[in-house]
Amino acid sequence: MKSVKNHLSLVIALLSILFSMQVFFIVERSINAYKVTLANNYSVIAVSKKELSSSDFASINKIISDAKELSTDSVIKRLTSDIKSTNAELLKLTLPRFYKLTLTHYPTPQETKRLRSDLLDESSITKVEDFSHTHDTTYKLLLLFKKVVALFTVVVLVVTLLLIFKELRIWQYKHNERMTIMGLFGAALWLRSAVLFRLAIVDALIASFMAFGIFIYLSSHHWVVEQFNNIGISVVVFNPVDDFLVILAVAMVISILLASLIVIGHKEEA
Amino acid sequence: MDKVIVAKDLSLSYSSNETIINKVNFSVGTGDFVFITGASGSGKSTLLKSLYGALKPKQGSLIVGGVELNGVSRSKLNFLRRHIGIVFQDYKLVKEWTIDKNIMLPLLINGYVKNVALNQVDKLLKHVRLNHQTGKYPLELSGGEQQRVAMARALAHNPILILADEPTGNLDEYSSQLIWNLLEGANTQLKTTVIVVTHQIPKTLNVDYKHFHIEYGSIHEIR
Repeated sequence: MKSVKNHLSLVIALLSILFSMQVFFIVERSINAYKVTLANNYSVIAVSKKELSSSDFASINKIISDAKELSTDSVIKRLTSDIKSTNAELLKLTLPRFYKLTLTHYPTPQETKRLRSDLLDESSITKVEDFSHTHDTTYKLLLLFKKVVALFTVVVLVVTLLLIFKELRIWQYKHNERMTIMGLFGAALWLRSAVLFRLAIVDALIASFMAFGIFIYLSSHHWVVEQFNNIGISVVVFNPVDDFLVILAVAMVISILLASLIVIGHKEEA
Repeated sequence: MDKVIVAKDLSLSYSSNETIINKVNFSVGTGDFVFITGASGSGKSTLLKSLYGALKPKQGSLIVGGVELNGVSRSKLNFLRRHIGIVFQDYKLVKEWTIDKNIMLPLLINGYVKNVALNQVDKLLKHVRLNHQTGKYPLELSGGEQQRVAMARALAHNPILILADEPTGNLDEYSSQLIWNLLEGANTQLKTTVIVVTHQIPKTLNVDYKHFHIEYGSIHEIR
């Protein structure tokens, strides 16, 4: 029981850091995935006096991945009932060309502004519709969401680090006497600190494996899967190799840093 | 006779404005049994602390086991301490370790193989008459028993020097006598140098001992 208690305080603190960190990663991935969906659905309409190819558009601004000419047939068809067919043909020739431009990624408001300006600098392009108002609102909402999650993660980190520093004082008190006694019998620094580092490493491993279990469970939980399906994105909630290695590394760094601070702060009693 | 301790113009203090031991000169030979006496606050324990490097000399030279302690490096100090056995008035046992592990501490620090160390611990527990208490934690034992554990720990690695700070200060007669017998045995049988800080020299001791008395920051060799 005493042994469990020894581990529990640091394990819980580490687990909350790892949990909030992984949640931040999930949100980041979700936003990126959503941005791809938005980019696929989002397009800019350009009106040109002459025919332009996809590569012509790509040379205007690299953000343009593809350009498709919109057919004017439906417009002409509506008008042909009132005008002669020869006039309709003439009209078709004089009508400007409409292009739907798809982009490599979901643009920032600055990129949209730049794109609009680059397109209008091209002499043949007479009009650009970027739907910037709708676009800005969606983008700002995404950014707001990301910022709120980042803020939440930072708050969790700060609170948990404060808890860890409190734990550090308890550890310092608990281990000081043993380290002093070992020092009085000539134990080298590594030997005096061995118990502390072993405890820190074991706690980091426990917290990492607990986080691994929690996220493996969450990643396959139908409620979580359903939430992502609802917004039409597919996100890797937890990569058992890459994410676990990141979690393990963070847990190890924090706990070893904690142990090192205790060793550095240790003052031998005379 | 080889000297285990040589102090030349040694001054000790805890702060810059107060000197506790002032420019003293003394030496202790290999196999000596030395008592250091003095009134409370005279600097007996301070002097003992300086002998295991817990207090650095303010001035002068202090050589213990061939190691100059004035300006000694941490690694040299560790090396020296591995050859010293210390008995503290407050025992200084690791509470979360069993008494066996406490006794094993200097053996493990000195690189003994675990099985050899365990055998040595068994012998020592019998030696201090605590073999029936094996596996217990220090706080489960009486003060006298804890001091006997501390004594066993000090003897475990056959040190060249044993430093004892009022080792029988709070003990009953039986435990006190046992401690003196153990110190006497280490000195006569193993030729271990023993330095004991005490208020009162026991009358029943069967060794030829030296007696240093500290007064007003000076050391006087009485015997």
